This record gives sequence, C-alpha cells and structure tokens, in this order.
Amino acid sequence: MSNDDDILVSVQHLQQYFPAGHNRYVQAVDDVSFVIRKGETFGLVGESGCGKTTTGRTLLRLYEPTDGRIIYDHKVLFDSGKVPLEQEDGTPILDESGNPKMGKKTKVDMLPYRRKMQIVFQDPYASLDPRMTVGDIVGEAIDIHHLAKTRQERYDMVVTALRHVGLNSEHANRYPHEFSGGQRQRVGIARALAVNPEFIVCDEPISALDVSIQAQIVNMFENLQQQLGLTYLFIAHDLSVVKHISNRIAVMYLGKIVEMADSNELIFHCVHPYTRSLISAIPIADPKTARASKRIVLQGDVPSPLNPPSGCRFRTRCPFADEQCAKSVPAWKEVSPGHFAACHHLDRVK
Amino acid sequence: MTEQMNHEKYLVSIEHERLSFFTPVGEVKALNDVSLHVSPGEILGIVGESGSGKSVTSYSLMGLTAYPGRIIGGDLWFNGHHINDMTEKQFQKMRGSEIAIIFQDPMTSLNPVYTIGNQIREVIMLHTNKNKQEANERAKELLTLVGINEPDKRLKQYPYELSGGMRQRVMIAIALACEPKLLIADEPTTALDVTIQAQILELMMELKKKLGMAIIMITHDLGIVASMCDRIAVMYAGHIVESGTTDEIFYQPKHEYTKGLLRSIPRLDSESHTKLVPIEGQPVDLLNPPKGCPFAPRCRACMKVCLREMPPVTTFSDTHYTQCWLNQKNEAEGAAQGGDAK
Repeated sequence: MSNDDDILVSVQHLQQYFPAGHNRYVQAVDDVSFVIRKGETFGLVGESGCGKTTTGRTLLRLYEPTDGRIIYDHKVLFDSGKVPLEQEDGTPILDESGNPKMGKKTKVDMLPYRRKMQIVFQDPYASLDPRMTVGDIVGEAIDIHHLAKTRQERYDMVVTALRHVGLNSEHANRYPHEFSGGQRQRVGIARALAVNPEFIVCDEPISALDVSIQAQIVNMFENLQQQLGLTYLFIAHDLSVVKHISNRIAVMYLGKIVEMADSNELIFHCVHPYTRSLISAIPIADPKTARASKRIVLQGDVPSPLNPPSGCRFRTRCPFADEQCAKSVPAWKEVSPGHFAACHHLDRVK
Repeated sequence: MTEQMNHEKYLVSIEHERLSFFTPVGEVKALNDVSLHVSPGEILGIVGESGSGKSVTSYSLMGLTAYPGRIIGGDLWFNGHHINDMTEKQFQKMRGSEIAIIFQDPMTSLNPVYTIGNQIREVIMLHTNKNKQEANERAKELLTLVGINEPDKRLKQYPYELSGGMRQRVMIAIALACEPKLLIADEPTTALDVTIQAQILELMMELKKKLGMAIIMITHDLGIVASMCDRIAVMYAGHIVESGTTDEIFYQPKHEYTKGLLRSIPRLDSESHTKLVPIEGQPVDLLNPPKGCPFAPRCRACMKVCLREMPPVTTFSDTHYTQCWLNQKNEAEGAAQGGDAK
C-alpha cells in the first residue's frame, strides 16, 4: 500500500481476557483493530468499563495480550501466532493455497521500545510517588535507559522536560504534594517526555482536573505535538474533549470498537446507534440549543463484560435491536472512505 | 439587590454568609459574603471549581458544616427557619423531611451493610408515623417513581448488588421519601457515565415537574446547568462572582471568570478546530487568598484596583449581578458620558 509508511502503530485483532475464577473471563477487549499514523492523534472514547484503558495498556504490553498482534514502526512487538497476517491496511495475506497465513509467535523485549512509547496516567494524585522529588520522578526513566552520562546531563534533561510542560528548574526539588492537580498532571507529562518518546498513550489525562485547568492541559498536549512531532493515543470518556484534540476517533462499547472515523465525520455523520446516543447524551453548554434538542436516552445499564450479550453487544440497549442482532456479530463495514462501523441496521439509523 | 425580609418571599435566602474552617494551619475562609436565594419550585445552579465553596454553602443550609468549620457571619433562612440559631434536634427534624440532599458518589453514600429497603424505610419511619409495613409500601412506590424495576426484589438487595446509576436512583428515592421542598443535588452525576447521566438528569427534571420541589444543582459542568437550571450562580474562592438567569450567564456573561469558563470548554458542534482559550494560572490557595478580587491573579483584564480591593456589586437587571471592577469602571464611564449605565 502506498501510505503504509506513515503508520506508526498497528493493532490487529487485539484481545485481552482477564481470568475471573471458575473458568470465567472478563472480556475486557475483544477483537480490536486500528492503526495510528505518524503525527496524528487517535481518540478512543467509551463509557467506564468499555475497555478503552485496557486497550491502551495492552498496546504498551503493560498487560500481556491474550491474543492478537501489535506492530510498532513496522516491527512486530507481540504476535500470538493465532491471527492471520494482514497488510497494514487490514487486508489478509494469503499463502499459495489461498488460506490466510498466520503470523509467527513473537514476544520481543520491550525495554528499547519503552523509550519510544510512553504513557500519561489518569489520576495525577495516584500516579506520582509521594516520596520522590519531582526531579527524581522525571529522571527515573532517564536512569533506566542510561540516557545521561553525567549528573549534570541528567539534570539538564530533567529541566528540559519540565520546561516543556511549563514548570521550571526550581520545581525539581519539590515533592508531589506541594503541587495542585493541574501541576501534578504536568509532572506526569514531563515524566513521559523525559526520554524523548515518539508515541504517548494519554489515558484520561484531564478527567481528574478542574474545568478551568483542563483547557490548559489540552492546549499543552497540542503544542507539544507540534513542537516534538508526537503521536498520541488519546483515551477519554468526554467526547467533546476527544473531538477537539483528535484527528480520528474510535468509539468502544463493551470491549469492541463499534465505529471509527475522522473526528468531524464521526460527530456530524455518525451511523452507529450507540455513537448517536452517546453524542446526544452530552449536555450542551448553550441553553437555547439544549432546550431545543431532544435527548435520546438509552435505557438500562452496560451489561457485564463477564457475560456479554450474544451477537451485537449493544443489542440489549439498542432501540433497533431484532433477532438478527442476537444471532450474529455485526461485520465491520466501511460506510464511506475511512468511516467504519459495525451494526446490522446502519441504514435505519440515518 | 433588595434584602428586606427576603426570607419571607423566598424558600431559601442566604444573606452575607461568612464561613471559615479553623484548621491548625490557619483560618480557611471558605465563604466570603455569599448571598443567594431560591424561590419555591426553582432550579438554581451553582457552578464553580473544587474549593470554590459551592458544596459548603449548601451544606451549611442543612447544618452539615464539618467540624472545624463555623458560620461566622450572615443570615440563613430556609422555609421560615432561621438556620443560624437552630439546634441539632431541630436540624434532624428538618433534614430529610423539608430539605434533602443527593451526594456526588453513590458508591460511598449508601451504607453497604444495610439493604436498600432498610435505608429507604429509615427515612420514612423517622419523619412520619408510618409503621414498617406502610413504610415498605411507600418505599416500593418510591422505587417505581425513580424508575427501578422489580421494587420488591431491589428492596432486599444490598448497595453492592446495584450499578452506579441504580444506586443514584436509590439515593434520589431516599431524598424524595418525604417530598421535601428543597432538594440539594451535589454533583449528582459526576461519578456516572454520560448515558447514565442523561437518564438521571431526565429523571430529576421529571420528578421536579411531578413534585414541584426547588432544586439547588451543584456542578462544575456548564452543559448540565445550561439544560436544567433557571438561574445560575458562579462561585470562585468563596465569592459569588456572578449570578443571573441561565440566558444572562451564557449569552451576556459579565465577569471575566464566567467568560473564561465559557471560552475554555470544547464545543462538540463546531466543525472547525479552534484553539481553546484556557484560564491561565492555578486555583486560589484559600489559606492565603490574594488581597482584593480573588480572581485577579488569573484575570486577563486585571487592573491595579483589582489587586487592592474586593469589587462591589454591579447590578444589570433584577436577576443579574456581578462583582467585578471592570463593570464598575464601565458603569462609571457610561454615567460620566451621560449614557446608559449598561
């Protein structure tokens, strides 16, 4: 394919089942595939428990996937050996007899890749060690990867990382408790930046912050992306923030991606009933529009991922569900170029 | 603002309330001269970030100010009660029957060792002279009212057996058990997912129509107040910096903080990518609040006087007022030119 070169991360048929005892499994992530291109921000939205955080962590192999393949910069980081080989745009590669070729079972040592792939966690109050100074928190990764030869060099790298996030050298000697939530999140971001990564998983980085601080951090992510040429996987439950920052968005429900498209396309021309109700559920900060618009209120709660519904997982809350939805898992269809959705009733939503 | 005998006209009337927490490290001035009122059947939204005093204001109305905190000035009236000189016994009688509250986190605000039924019956039996059986009937009614199926089965369940949305419905059922005149909703949906949030907000609006109580909606989400509230009070560092009807706040914001908040939220309905305009700086440290206007250090239009003195109230309409020097200045200039004070 012509534009394969700019693909940085490719996740194919990723599966993450957590054992829950009694031979049962929490099906946190099931058959999730997407690609992230160099320099773009890929948004992942969904409600709590839909598997978006697990996807992000599994992609970094903080959890070992139970199945699937992860490719970073054209190098296979993980392959269970049980999923067919695909070209990077998703078409399967066939062998001479026409059967899909399976990948080779692979598990590479992640240490060299950890330098390139970093993560910013959700809760800045829980993700910083209270007994370490900010300088040591940011410098820890530099030590692990032996990036600095002298103390001075290490100090300079720490200060550079802190400057990137709007802090300065005097903050390096302080402890996390001396900072406000927004500043702590800046420290968390500086820690990720310290090793000059190419790719950062942002796992709900702003949801624990005050409204007036959220915009500061969102803008900082955008500026850093421009300055340092970063690629983001931006995970959040707040669709308006994800829409603002992302080039493309995938919507997850109960471990599966239900719809994926360019961000404007997804917001204004969504085709999946779940995406549509998710968008309509967001309170609009404009009284006149809010009064005029009618909300589609979904009934019921998200089913347990221990025992997800058969067929389409959304069918228990979907207004269009029928027998077909219970019988078969909806296929992944391309609705318009670059816009994918998995639903049996795409025509009815419009 | 007319302040004469407001407490007879309004359901809630708070006048010049000052409240401080006397902590070992010093006095934290949580509320500085807060005045607000709520009419019967009205929904008032209180918006502000954490630590701005939005919860403390409404808790003080229920006599729930936590230990080192004390009301040190002002008058609080609710439904004919003068809150300042009420005893704990009188509060207990009032809480649950005339005024009720829904807390933010339904996971922790229900008692895990009692069944749902037990917890709903407790309120009913405390405030009415119903016996256990009658209370049980009422509890079933309430669960149906808040949209919970199979109330018989649910009454026997413990909180851990219910989902977050369900628990919040139970909280609402408990709050509504005695048909209070005022419901305080303290970030009732912050811990919930958007689709569940939509369910709960819908339910609250429906119940408000049915029962006609007034609601104080405490939130930091401008989207929620836009669709629900009649009036909004914007709080910052223990001051109400601006108050007005929902339209006034959203379409003619006067205080720089309100304007900043409105600018800083991403819009779902804009097709082009415009950069967010954040409010720079960090939230106020209430232990050492800045002299003058608390928002001055973060304000884009800060003047010298802002750092020196707290601005007086500028009134724009019967409902709309703000505390900002900039508006004072505009008004003075307008008056000097013989123009309209607006």
